[in-house]
Amino acid sequence: MARKLLIEHADVQGIASYDVYRKHGGYASVEKALKNMSPDEVVEEVKKSGLRGRGGAGFPTGMKWSFLAKPEGVERHLVCNADESEPGTFKDRYLMEKLPHLLIEGMITSSYALGARRSYIYIRGEFMYVLRILEKAIAEAYANGMLGKNILGSGYDLDLVVTPGGGAYICGEETALLESLEGKRGNPRMKPPFPAVKGLWGNPTVVNNVESIAAVVPIVNEGGEAYAKIGIERSTGTKLISASGNLVRPGVYEIELGLSVEEFIYGDDYCRGIANGKKLKACIPGGSSVPILPHYLVTKTAAGTDRLMTYESLADGGFASGSMLGSGGFIVFDEDQCIVRNTWNFARFYAHESCGQCSPCREGTGWMEKVLYRLEHGHGTLEDISLLEEINKKIEGNTICPLGDAAAWPVAAAIRHFRDEFEWHVKSPQEAQSRNYGLIQAPLEA
Amino acid sequence: MIKVTIDDVEIEVAPGTTILNAARQAGGDLVPPAMCYYSKLPGTGGKCRTCLVEVAAGSTADPRPMPKLVASCSTPVMDGMIVKNKTSERVHTNRGGVVEFLLVNHPLDCPICDQAGECHLQDLGYEHGSAKTRYREERRTFSPIDIGNKIKLHMNRCILCYRCVAVANQLTEKRVHGVLHRGEHAEISTYIENAIDNDFSGNMIDVCPVGALTDKTFRFKSRVWFLKPYEAECACDKCSGKAVVWMFGNEIFRVTARKDKYGEVETIEDKTAWICNDCRFDKKDPSKWNLIGPRKIDRHSVISQGKYATKNDNNPKLLS
Repeated sequence: MARKLLIEHADVQGIASYDVYRKHGGYASVEKALKNMSPDEVVEEVKKSGLRGRGGAGFPTGMKWSFLAKPEGVERHLVCNADESEPGTFKDRYLMEKLPHLLIEGMITSSYALGARRSYIYIRGEFMYVLRILEKAIAEAYANGMLGKNILGSGYDLDLVVTPGGGAYICGEETALLESLEGKRGNPRMKPPFPAVKGLWGNPTVVNNVESIAAVVPIVNEGGEAYAKIGIERSTGTKLISASGNLVRPGVYEIELGLSVEEFIYGDDYCRGIANGKKLKACIPGGSSVPILPHYLVTKTAAGTDRLMTYESLADGGFASGSMLGSGGFIVFDEDQCIVRNTWNFARFYAHESCGQCSPCREGTGWMEKVLYRLEHGHGTLEDISLLEEINKKIEGNTICPLGDAAAWPVAAAIRHFRDEFEWHVKSPQEAQSRNYGLIQAPLEA
Repeated sequence: MIKVTIDDVEIEVAPGTTILNAARQAGGDLVPPAMCYYSKLPGTGGKCRTCLVEVAAGSTADPRPMPKLVASCSTPVMDGMIVKNKTSERVHTNRGGVVEFLLVNHPLDCPICDQAGECHLQDLGYEHGSAKTRYREERRTFSPIDIGNKIKLHMNRCILCYRCVAVANQLTEKRVHGVLHRGEHAEISTYIENAIDNDFSGNMIDVCPVGALTDKTFRFKSRVWFLKPYEAECACDKCSGKAVVWMFGNEIFRVTARKDKYGEVETIEDKTAWICNDCRFDKKDPSKWNLIGPRKIDRHSVISQGKYATKNDNNPKLLS
């Protein structure tokens, strides 16, 4: 069994309360950082750890921190992105629900490293009950002198605020998140300027995912080099994977990066295979916005090597035969699932969540949704499939924020790997539709 | 001053200039089209994506090309940057794609639209759009609403450029005008159908690149190319009073601000010559205006066909 750095104590009775959390070694990183380390030393440890952003893009956290502009006399902010809305991803909610103090501890240590005096947790509106858990935990932290003025006698002050959003997926994009946090409509901003220069209220800001901030705690406790020893090459440390779909044991797992995908799907410690003895058909390894992989590319790359749970291995082969680790929303489909229906479902999600600011995304996502609806419901034509590919190419890369790409990639990949199934929907619509009501078995292509 | 090359034309511009403004300084047909960027309104730009250009070399210091097409209205130039607009096939296809997206939900009711003839979307569609639509679904529709007693909003025609939002933000303290909903359902509206009560709200009509915001005193009165634009001024205590009056015979049909070839209100005496609602909507009596002379209209514009004097003109001063 692999080492767990984040959720080891998740099942301890009462771990959400300050006292129990402290008894299990909590807030050690705050003590260590504030008493023995300078802020720059903490940043240096995070750099050494090779930690990469856990929100999806995988940008090195230490590097992001070192980009933060530090002009004299200007406030800096750390914002935690807890707007986890990607279909298939539910690791942050699990972490905040079970271990609210871990996030708060990470926030204190990270804020200290960045010199932020006022930090924010922007949480998704649907997570109202998690917000209450966090607020209770923050109140406890204030009461025990971990937040507020002069923390642990070090002279460092920090205020931590939790703010709920309205429940828009787009507010998980960092600049839209900042707009929303400022009380405006959650439209992504134009970059540059980047948030590291001009972010919240025009001040330099770092926006990090919940899991990235939580990972700072073991990094400071054990040292960046020890953390970097876990994992393979540039994918270091542990990662929370939220596995869902047709698995025997779906759920949130903490894995050491470098675990093989085969072990993750079929291993006894992890998902224990496909449910009901069915066969694997496809897998989306990193949340709905990454390309889908057909069964023959899930456990092996196109080159024939084992596919591992790392940023590099999952992306092996580019978009032609690879995917991305993304946010770790591992969705598995068995042989009975309909890829067209699933793609339509995702397209519907992106059409619903597009902010409507820039034209390719606003019109393109809606258009794709309608074409896919037609295909799925038996009114499609073969030209529609190539039309979808065309729309994809026109959206991808032409939008302000990555939502356009996120909407285009899954559709493009589904057509790339499952064109037969799309054509089957056009040629024998009745058969294809009745499959979705469980009446017939789908053909599983080699 | 820094050097930048746009479509093989080398120009020198001040640091911090955007690619689009650099191209405008060079002039000619290398200027990318812009549907949402409005140089007189801070905060506009980046939304319509029609001004996408290819950056073949980032700068002298870092000559790598930029992987994506960039929005020229919001990307500052760097020394030694090489930009491709007209000369790039990639820009042409992608801009065509953007135009197609803009037209997906557009009603194409040009025959009854007051903006026809001076519509930027028409120009863009003519240059980049294909003749046929591939969109088979039903278009989104809204009912026209009044925002302000003299302004009609046809949301069907809107391309959500946010220019009118920027105008409203500049005009009023309280936000009463903005965008509701999101994605395809996004619509420009006022907060709970409030009217914008401001002397300069009519400028929203001038900044609108399409026929979404129209002047209710001019709606359905005439096609713009039947009218003759004259530069005119009047004594006004609210605005500069410098405007263009659009006449048919001796009758003023409508009044607009003076707009340059990019459709932007001109800067006169270091001030953007916005005009007030009194001048725009109420001064339709020619005796209140001092006519200066014919307004120069681009020779290729359909409007210029009515510019020349005809027998019907009985004002000798204007027969120039």
